[in-house]
Amino acid sequence: MLSLSLREVLHLIKTEQISARDLLKKCIERATSVRELNAYITETHELAWSQVGLAPGKSELAGIPIAVKDNFCTRNIPTTCGSKMLDNYVPPYNATVVDRLLTSGAVLMGKTNMDEYAMGCGSIDSRYGPVRNPWKYKFQSSARSSVIIQSKEGPTSGGDWYIAGGSSGGSAVAVATGTCFGALGSDTGGSTRNPASYCGIVGLKPTYGSLSRYGLIPLVNSLDVPGILTKTVDDAALLLRIIAGRDVNDSTTVSESLHLTDLDDQPSVKGLHIGIPKEYNAPGLCGETRRAWEDVANALETAGACVSLVSLPHTQYSINTYSILCACEVASNMARYDGIEFGHRAEGNNMSTESLYAQSRHEGFNEVVRGRIFAGNYFLLRKNYRRYFQQALKVRRLISDDFTKVYGDGVDVLLTPTTLSVALPYSKFSMADNRTRTAEQDYFTQPINMA
Amino acid sequence: MSAPIQRCKLCQTRSKSLLFSQLRYCNKSFSSSCKLNSATKHNQVEAWQPVIGLEIHAQIKANSKLFSRANTIFGGPTNSQVAFLDAALPGTLPVLNRRCVEAGVITALALGCQINKVSRFDRKHYFYADLPAGYQITQQNNAIANNGRFHYVQYGNKESDIREKAVTILQLQLEQDSGKSLHDDLDKQSLIDLNRAGCGLMEIVTAPEFHSGDEARSFVRDLRQLLVTLGTCDGKMSEGSLRVDANISVHKPGQPLGERAEVKNLNSLSSLKKTIEFEIKRQIAVIESGGRVINETRSFDLDTGETLPMRDKEVQLDYRFMPEPNLPPLRLYHRSDLKGAMHGDKVFIDDLEKNMPVLPQERRGNLMQNYGISMYKAAFIVTENLQDIYEELVSTRNVEAFTNFFINTVAARLLANELTLDQCPIPGKHIGYIYDQYKEENINLTVAEKLIDTLLADSSVDPKEHIRLENLWQINDVAQLTELCKTIIAENPKAVSKLKRGKDRAMNTLMASARKATGDRGNTRIINRIFKELIAQSEGRD
Repeated sequence: MLSLSLREVLHLIKTEQISARDLLKKCIERATSVRELNAYITETHELAWSQVGLAPGKSELAGIPIAVKDNFCTRNIPTTCGSKMLDNYVPPYNATVVDRLLTSGAVLMGKTNMDEYAMGCGSIDSRYGPVRNPWKYKFQSSARSSVIIQSKEGPTSGGDWYIAGGSSGGSAVAVATGTCFGALGSDTGGSTRNPASYCGIVGLKPTYGSLSRYGLIPLVNSLDVPGILTKTVDDAALLLRIIAGRDVNDSTTVSESLHLTDLDDQPSVKGLHIGIPKEYNAPGLCGETRRAWEDVANALETAGACVSLVSLPHTQYSINTYSILCACEVASNMARYDGIEFGHRAEGNNMSTESLYAQSRHEGFNEVVRGRIFAGNYFLLRKNYRRYFQQALKVRRLISDDFTKVYGDGVDVLLTPTTLSVALPYSKFSMADNRTRTAEQDYFTQPINMA
Repeated sequence: MSAPIQRCKLCQTRSKSLLFSQLRYCNKSFSSSCKLNSATKHNQVEAWQPVIGLEIHAQIKANSKLFSRANTIFGGPTNSQVAFLDAALPGTLPVLNRRCVEAGVITALALGCQINKVSRFDRKHYFYADLPAGYQITQQNNAIANNGRFHYVQYGNKESDIREKAVTILQLQLEQDSGKSLHDDLDKQSLIDLNRAGCGLMEIVTAPEFHSGDEARSFVRDLRQLLVTLGTCDGKMSEGSLRVDANISVHKPGQPLGERAEVKNLNSLSSLKKTIEFEIKRQIAVIESGGRVINETRSFDLDTGETLPMRDKEVQLDYRFMPEPNLPPLRLYHRSDLKGAMHGDKVFIDDLEKNMPVLPQERRGNLMQNYGISMYKAAFIVTENLQDIYEELVSTRNVEAFTNFFINTVAARLLANELTLDQCPIPGKHIGYIYDQYKEENINLTVAEKLIDTLLADSSVDPKEHIRLENLWQINDVAQLTELCKTIIAENPKAVSKLKRGKDRAMNTLMASARKATGDRGNTRIINRIFKELIAQSEGRD
């Protein structure tokens, strides 16, 4: 039952072939058995039981279990962003998208693990330990290991495991292992699409402004979007329809209502114009990924789509532009973490306010976060502003124009790889630091965030 | 630690005070009470040209804060008016308050500014416990309005010294207020109240065109009145609704501008003037004794106006300005920009312009033009908000006489009783009646004043009835008064002989007796004339 799609299982509940309670029970059992993967920071099974009991049969989501990344505020449930800084933080309100899911009848399995403050592409830089990819994972508790698909090669030796991708790794694993049927992640430079790719599920980054960010603890306010992780595209569309739309609490959401199309039962791609950006054939792209890219393009062409090569000429500048804009906003967004109103406050008496701030922030943030704050503050200095931040904004405009032009020239869809390669084993991935990995792995995903 | 004893350059007193040892001027030199200060210093000060620019922070009169729905009531229980956004809880987002935008537009229009139809918000970063987010949302680079001009009135020693002056308004921007902090040095802790955090402010920046503390004070006084008239700020400086930062420097005319120092959070008109005057003198003293004025922020003493370097002297802070990414550009419209469809959520400049009240400057001008009264009198009437009742009554009466009566008697009694006309409305017709009776010499001035006081205490009293009941009619009967005067002359031979010898002040004795005898109802003009005639007659006889 747990390998069914959300839509399928929803149908079973609505036609009373299974009960939401039974479903929840199974999900909880599964969550318990795959705990080693460390997908959840906070499990909310008790809460889920109380939610499922509130007769959700008539509601849209009828008691379907979902998971939420731990950077979405959930009322009275700890929300940590994977950081010591928010270790003890319990928000007094729900993020809008969380609210919309819950009022539609979904039940909450828990808050999922992530890179600290969403900075990272592996979900290994969390205070609560790394998230492990279920694929080829060798479980200590052998009871449920048959559930995980084993390939011919078997897991790597010495207790190694594959990374889940990030920063929404926990959400991806939660969906991939069947502990829930949909999860919320966030996507700033690829943080929903990357882990979805590594865990073999669907990850959707909706267009900026179509979903409310109220309650999403921000990484980069001008790039962040709540992301949706599910087993199928259809499931993602279902959830999108429920949570999308204008929110008065978020001034960056658009007023126009979204038009979501329904596809035919047998959708046709005849006449669909597919663009292949030539700059995305990057060095470092591994053979297996490139072949998969070609295969999909060929398959679409055979089915009647029109596939052509296009150009996004400013792609090469994209990752640097993203890095600068990201660091600047991070420096600004993290300024509120001083331990005064909430969050981690350093121990010690007779400290000046400044020392208290410095100590709290040093203890609360990991190196990745601190590094970006430093860089961001440097870029925002008055003497540097024009050279870095303002310049990055101009280049961002050029990158955005690339996409506008291509879509304006008749291209309906762009087809690109998500990551440079398949999921790396942890031992290999951790050989380079967070900044290096982000710069490599976000190559394909972050340009569209900036458009 | 004993400082060397030296003599003050000015008044030669010996002193050990710290100020002195640095500058060789004693504390007294800087107080306005020092006689030497005004006489001698004047010559020295004359060569210098002070240059002052002001930044005014006016709290917007609105029910909720600039970006959140929390209340803005002054003096609420600590931390009871704090929305999630105001405490900078993670994940919260700012939502712009429409009323604050309207207040900004209205104020900018009244200041003759150019309204920018597109403006943006920025983040200004610094760490302080009363700024929870670590940044303030403001409009540094693309503010809502620029380039205005404001005319204000400066009074002099004499009525005729009054001048109308103008200052350029460089910018009007919308921004958040910070919370309040109290530092408890004894327990070594700081207490933070976030009720004020996030309240809407209009920051009004003037060009450095003031040259004295008095000009600056006059400007702020008139600006305050403007804002209260517009209803965009309640102007209660003691509650912190209006705060002033002053940037002060001195230079010799023709030479480049001097280094400036800043004094922040001046919140009363009197301390504004005193502090600026002190700072000007301090800077002159520093430069004249060979020192340099440092570009710094200084604190001030509320009573003396003395400025002091702040304990934690900051090196120039870099605020790392960055556009606020959670707020789209603020767009303002004219009705002609958009056609057809309903636009309930948009702010239209022309709608706001249409509904603006008449401004004080215009009212002053109208009074001067329509009735020919002096600027001083017009300014007085408008400042005390008495123009409506004045215009109602003056139109059918002698302008000069009535205006003098109105200001010197009616308004004076109001001020003496510490009331404004809205607090105690006397019906205009009663005031008119009292004036008319006084003009026709049916009551004298003292009675008129007492009547006003009576009506202020109880506006339901009918003056005519009251005069009749209390028998307050003036005694104008010449025969009756002559008899009285004869009696008084007979009773006061000493005073009479003094008068004959030319000591005119002796008349006061006679007049006092006459007033007493008539119960203060005698026509003093007639009595005075009768006294003079009688004495002249008796002189002739002697």
